[in-house]
Amino acid sequence: MEIVPMRDGFILAGALFALGLIGVLVRRNVIFILMSIEVMLNAAGLAFVVAGARWRQPDGQVVFLFILAMAAAEVSVALALVLELYHRYKTLDTDAVSRMKG
Amino acid sequence: MTIVFYVASAVAIVSTALMITRLHAVHALLYLIVSLLAVSVVFYTLGAPFIAALEVIIYAGAIMVLFVFVVMLLNLGEPAARAERALLKPSMWTGPLILAAILMAEFVYLLTAGSGGSSGGAMIGPRGVGASLFGPYLIGVELASMLLLGGLVGAYHLGYRKTPKPEVG
Repeated sequence: MEIVPMRDGFILAGALFALGLIGVLVRRNVIFILMSIEVMLNAAGLAFVVAGARWRQPDGQVVFLFILAMAAAEVSVALALVLELYHRYKTLDTDAVSRMKG
Repeated sequence: MTIVFYVASAVAIVSTALMITRLHAVHALLYLIVSLLAVSVVFYTLGAPFIAALEVIIYAGAIMVLFVFVVMLLNLGEPAARAERALLKPSMWTGPLILAAILMAEFVYLLTAGSGGSSGGAMIGPRGVGASLFGPYLIGVELASMLLLGGLVGAYHLGYRKTPKPEVG
């Protein structure tokens, strides 16, 4: 029963975070951008859990719980904004709202 | 146990890469759910069974239901009917099915191996997490509850229509 090395856990977290970042940068559909943000938050929580498992402390899992609560609050507000965007512009393209008024 | 970690990591990376390259939102959601399940297996192998359960229940359960709900709200009428027909084609669900079958095989392997534990016996269960959560991190729990209340009020305010359609009944 050998231990998973911490380096590999961080490599996985970094790879998932990079994939989420690529998704945010490349995609223009706001639903895909939100899903990529979820992947990035999940990868950040994974890094905390990996570090918590390395030092055998529950703190990493506690921080993951906070990230989970933050992701839930974020996605509820963001999806309400998506519905409002679709209601006004009949599109999900973020380029439609790229101009600020002011 | 480490081989389970590496296989689940590969499944997570592959499904996430497929997720960000899909054209349909529902296809991407399926791959995202598989990715979250794979990360849940990773959490279990790292000795965090409580977090693994929460990942499945809250992320893959509650938050993904919100996404599915919004995607369904935005696809109404004839395009939705065509999309439903396209959903039943095997080319749509074979990819997530194969990746989920790999995770299922890992699950069966973990059950039958009988180790019941994590890597190196460093399992930190719900008891340790709860004692830490309501001990030194109590103020963080209060702040998280206030954040969730703010999210609730914000979502309600953004979804509020000033002139509801009268014919809707």
